[in-house]
Parts: sequence; structure tokens; C-alpha cells
Amino acid sequence: MKKMFKTSLAVAMSVCMAAALTACGGSGSASSSAPADSGAAAETTESADTGAKIKIGGSGPLTGPAAVYGQAVKNAAEIAVEEVNAKGGLQFELNMQDDAHDPEKAVTAYGVLKDWGMQASLATVTSAPGAAVSPSYAEDKIFAITPSGSSTSVIFADPDNLSGAFGNVFQMCFTDPNQGTASADYISGHADLGSKVAIIYKNDDNYSKGIHDTFVAEAGAKNLAIVYEGTFDDSNAQDFTVQLGKAQEAGADILFLPIYYDPASLILTQANGMGYKPTFFGVDGMDGILGLEGFDTSLAEGVYLLTPFSADATDELTVNFVNKYKEKFGEVPNQFAADAYDCIYAIAQACEAAGVTADMSSADICAKLVEQFTSMTFSGLTGSEMTWNANGEVTKSPKAVVIQNGVYVGVEE
Amino acid sequence: MKEKSSVFSRFGDKKNRGRLMSFALVIIAYIAVEVLLKTGSLGSMFSSLLVPITCYVVAAIGLNLNVGISGELNLGQAGFMSVGAFCGICVSGILANSISAGIPRLIIAIFCGAILAAVFGFLIGIPVLKLQGDYLAIVTLAFGQIIKSIFMNAYIGIDTEGLHFSFVESNFKLQPGGKMLLNGPMGATGTQKIANFTVGTVLVIVALLVVYNLMFSRSGRAIMAARDNRIAAESVGIPISRTKMLAFVTSAALAGAAGALYGLNYSTLVPNKFDFNTSILILVYVVLGGLGNMTGTIISTVVLILLPELLRSLQDYRMLIYAVVLILIMLVTNNEWLMTKWKSLFSGKAKGGA
Repeated sequence: MKKMFKTSLAVAMSVCMAAALTACGGSGSASSSAPADSGAAAETTESADTGAKIKIGGSGPLTGPAAVYGQAVKNAAEIAVEEVNAKGGLQFELNMQDDAHDPEKAVTAYGVLKDWGMQASLATVTSAPGAAVSPSYAEDKIFAITPSGSSTSVIFADPDNLSGAFGNVFQMCFTDPNQGTASADYISGHADLGSKVAIIYKNDDNYSKGIHDTFVAEAGAKNLAIVYEGTFDDSNAQDFTVQLGKAQEAGADILFLPIYYDPASLILTQANGMGYKPTFFGVDGMDGILGLEGFDTSLAEGVYLLTPFSADATDELTVNFVNKYKEKFGEVPNQFAADAYDCIYAIAQACEAAGVTADMSSADICAKLVEQFTSMTFSGLTGSEMTWNANGEVTKSPKAVVIQNGVYVGVEE
Repeated sequence: MKEKSSVFSRFGDKKNRGRLMSFALVIIAYIAVEVLLKTGSLGSMFSSLLVPITCYVVAAIGLNLNVGISGELNLGQAGFMSVGAFCGICVSGILANSISAGIPRLIIAIFCGAILAAVFGFLIGIPVLKLQGDYLAIVTLAFGQIIKSIFMNAYIGIDTEGLHFSFVESNFKLQPGGKMLLNGPMGATGTQKIANFTVGTVLVIVALLVVYNLMFSRSGRAIMAARDNRIAAESVGIPISRTKMLAFVTSAALAGAAGALYGLNYSTLVPNKFDFNTSILILVYVVLGGLGNMTGTIISTVVLILLPELLRSLQDYRMLIYAVVLILIMLVTNNEWLMTKWKSLFSGKAKGGA
């Protein structure tokens, strides 16, 4: 009897599995021809509108350790697309694919989007996948603007010499070198923060290392004293007491952390446990630390970060966006979300100015958008009067924010 | 009984049948894919998966030689892929000016990747193969980590003055127009994509040829004898270390070749890609396909790579469903009752056909 049960269970399982497989296979192949697959339908809320829509693709880490960024971008882009569509006129349709922060998966996601018929794109959320797909965007002549892929390899085919720009891949965020330079400038210009700098960075991460390198170079030029440099990598990102102890010994009163918020939260916790209280200074990767589950946000009090967006700004645009985001997703948007929101609006502005319609080919749209982006100025959440050069780099001014009472507060200059 | 033997005589004995099936599978799959490609009915997503699939298949075949045939649990296959990949990228980058055609450069890069990985395999093999079982697994695991750390800290650049190499970044400055082939944790960026599916398929066939010929040769039987009973094999005069080394080095070389092909299929490659997870992933392909079963390995690799992509329509539940399906596949393929049913179904068909 027991055996009977076992065998029937096995059969049931295999049937389920086969059903799941065929179902997925079916919808997978269908999505290449019909745009209204389940994913796209879920993301476009007002499909009742008639008229063709401009298809905007994009990929980001919706799963895995960097998922916070991918989700933020997806959520904010959805809000922006809804708003643009609600205005009437220009209509967008968004399709965000998961790339799990892996170049290999990003290339596949690009294939999925191309099959879907993408006409413009948010490229990728993170840098390494961006570098893998940018050549494809250039080759297939599809316009792309990345909200947060900050590495120079996202926009240059030859990042060592900063040459061979793809031309149709743009950035909404600063490049990594700019972040490092701007941080060093800010610290050297504000002597009240501290004078002896310690750095803890992740030396197997190109984002962290890129910022570190330019920070050190700029600090040298500005005569900023760097008293200690500590590193960590993937395999030992849990315990920072050694690095913190050495920084404390060296008498550092400002700790520069060009790292993502996950290890940063551990550093803050462990520094607190040691009774070490320097000024913590982060860059855009630190953004999101307040949304981390299980993290005591009181430890982040007084942490500085250099980011182009602060959620507490009182201008109408920011207030409107933050309220909408909170209402829909129950959390305060971070800088990645703001960048994504701006990306959609920048594309919308350029499309309107160039008279782009949904029936144009992606190559035509690309040519028109590139022309617009290199000549227009755009004002959004992350800055006003932004411009782009022909390489795709953005010009805008970074804002310093400090965490006070559990929220990001802009620092008055 | 008579009928059965006639079937065997036509298709060769059991081992030859398995061998023929592998080759037939690869060639039929290749032709099918090429037809779909030419008619344009294969989407961009599937086209982008073709080369990585061949890479993982080759690496998995290599690992199966090591785990299935030689019986040594190797958790560092991704390390060998990494060696092959970065070697291949460097070779391709160095030769970019002298050989502009993609295919010959790709083949040279694959060869170099395979040879360097084999050299690493030999060096690692000297201490490793003195160990057995869990100890060996742990050492190969450590090897994967070491390789990752080395590439994390290696800087190789090329400019008009020649090749520069350093383990400290600020050690050299390139002339204007120079190119960093390997940039520490940033890995290789701006690589010319010269890999293609045809070369990948040829590599799979070469891998199958190498493994099958080794398996059924005198050395291969020695390898299996050493696996089944080390003491008995030693007592009849089989040099255990040497035979195991043969399997280990061949496996490493195949992984290196696969890595070189993989590296040249993407414009960017970071050392982090070939971490412990990738080694385990390849091991999963091998275990699911069946230890010592090359055809099974090919099928399981293809299925497990395609699965998460086909599940994309499930959005947020994708990786959850993937894990559940993986567990179900493992349970079902290890269910004896189903297996016997499956086999009887198969032999029944063969009878009907004959």
C-alpha cells in the first residue's frame, strides 16, 4: 500500500513537472511574437488605451544579492511610465527582465527584450552586465540610457583610454571616477567632517575599486591625509573588526566607504560595538541602507553620502514621486529609483521633441534620440539642467546628504 | 534472444551504442539549430544561449570524466575554466593585430586555454591526487578560490612597447592607445566577441571523441580499475597516480577549452564569474546527467541552462520554481520504479523497430 502511494506520488510529480515545463515553454515562445505575455501585462496598467506604444526594455537584478537596486529601478520606472501614459499623447510600455547581476544572464535578457521588439531601453541597472550588453545595443542601434550602470566600461568600448564610445548608450548616473573625485573634493572642502581619512573598500568589485582609485588620486592632489586603507572581498565580507581596529589605531576620524550598503551596515554595527565613532562617508551604493531589514537604523545616524537625490527635498517633483512610491511600494525610494524615474522622463522628453512615434523602427528612434540627448537639457529628480555629451556621460552636480532621525536630509552648502 | 543480438550487431555493443547516440544527438541538435537560425525562427534569446550551452557542455563532459570515470570529486572545475578563459582572452587580444580573422584566432585561443589549464591541472594534480575522497574535494575547492584570487589581482596590459604584467596595479602605465587585457577585479572588458556556435559544436564533438577514446582505451580501463578498487588495481601493477593524473589533466584541459570559448563570447568577463557556485553548477549537470554518462550530461546541461530562461514568464517566482523543478527532476530521475518503466518502454520500442 505504501509503495502504491509512493509510486502514485512520483507519477503525480512527474505530471506536474511536465505540465510546468510545457506551460513555460509555451509562454516562452509565445512572448517572442505576442507582446502581451503575463509579464508585460502586469507591468502596463493601462492596456485599455488604444494606439501603439513605444516599447522600453531594460534588465536588472530582480533576484540575488543586488536585487534591491533592480527592484527600485523597476518600481520607479513603472510609476514614471504610468504617469507618462496618463498624460495622453506619448504611450510607453515597459518590460524589465531579470539579469541577477550576471553578464551572461544580461546577454540572455537582452535577447528576450529584442525578441519582444524593444525600441528603446534602460540598458542595465548594474555595471558589469551593462558592459556585456552595451556592444549589442550599439550593434543593433537601439537607444539605451542606464539609470545606474556607473562604470566607464558601460559607455566606452575601450574604457582604458576612455575612447570608442558606443554613442547610443547614455548614463543617468555619474561615472565611478566622478564619484571618487567628487567625494574627495567634498571631504577636503569640509574640514569639520574630519582630517584623517581611512578607507575600507571591496577590492574584488569594480565599482568599489574604481571609486577608491580615483578618490586616492584626488585626495593626493588635495593633500588629504589617508591614514589607512583596508580591503575585503566576497569571501570575508562578514567581519570587519580587524580593518576597523586598524583604522581606529591610525587615528582616522573619517571613514570613507565606497561600498554597497550591505557590508556597510555590518561595518556600522561592528564599529558601534567597538565604540569607534568616526564620520562615515559613503557614495551612492550606501543608499538603501535605511531600507535594509533587521538593521538598526539608529546606527546610521550621521552617515554622509554623496548622492544626486535626497528623498526629503521639498520641491514638488520629489514630493510627488516619493509619496507615490511610498503609497505603491511602502518604502522610501532610493537614488536608483530616482535615476530610473528620470530616465523614463528624459526619454519621454526626447521622444516628444523629436516626434518619435511607436511605429518607427528602433534604429530611427535611436538616431533621433541620440540627437536629442546630446543637445537637450533635462531637469528631473536627480538634478536640474542636466546635459549629456556625445560619449553619453551626464553632467550634473552631486548633493551631499546626511542621515538624521532615520531619513536622508540634504546638507546645506 | 536472437533478435536482441542482431540489434546489437547492427548498432555495435552497448558502449558503442552510447557513443553513437552522443554524436548523433549533438549533430542532429546542431543541424536543427542551424536550420532554425537560417530561417530566422530562433529568437535572439535562444541564439544568445547557444555558445554558453556548448561551453558548459564541454566543461561538464570534462568533469564527468573526472567524477564519473575516475571517481574523484572535483569542486574546482570553474577554476580551470577561469584559467582557460583569461588565457584565451589574453591570447586573442595579443594576436588581434597580427591575425584579424576571427576563427583561426579563436581556435588558437582555445588551444592555448586548454594547454594552460592542463599545465595547471598537472601542477595541482601532483599534490591533489595523493589524496582521496573528501580531502581531494576540499583541495580542489581551495584551488578554485586560489585561481579566483590570482585573477582578481592580476593586471596584464599591452601597448606599443609590448606586454606588461603586474600584481600591483600602479606598477605600470600603458602608452596611449594601449589596452588592458586583464584589469584585476574588473576582469577583461572590451573583448572582441569571436566565439560562434559552429566552433562550439566542433569543440563538443572533440571533447566527446577525446573522452570516449580515453574511456575505452587501455588507460581508460586502468582509470576505471583504479576507481573501482584502488588496492586491487595497484596489485596488478597499475600506476594509480599516473592514471588518475591522466583523467585529471584531460578534464582540466577540456574545462580550459570551454573557458576560452566562453570568455570570447562576451565583451566582458569578471573573475567572480568562475566562483564556487559555477563549479557546483557544473557538478549538478554531471550528477543529473548520470556519472559516466556523457549523453545524459549533454542533455541535462542543455535542460538546466534553458530552464531558468523558459521560466522568465513567471517573473518574481522564477528562481523559486526553478529550484522546485530541479528537486523534482532529481527525485524523478532517481526513482527506480519510473526508471524500470522507462527502460521497458525503451526496449519495447527497440524490439518493435527491429
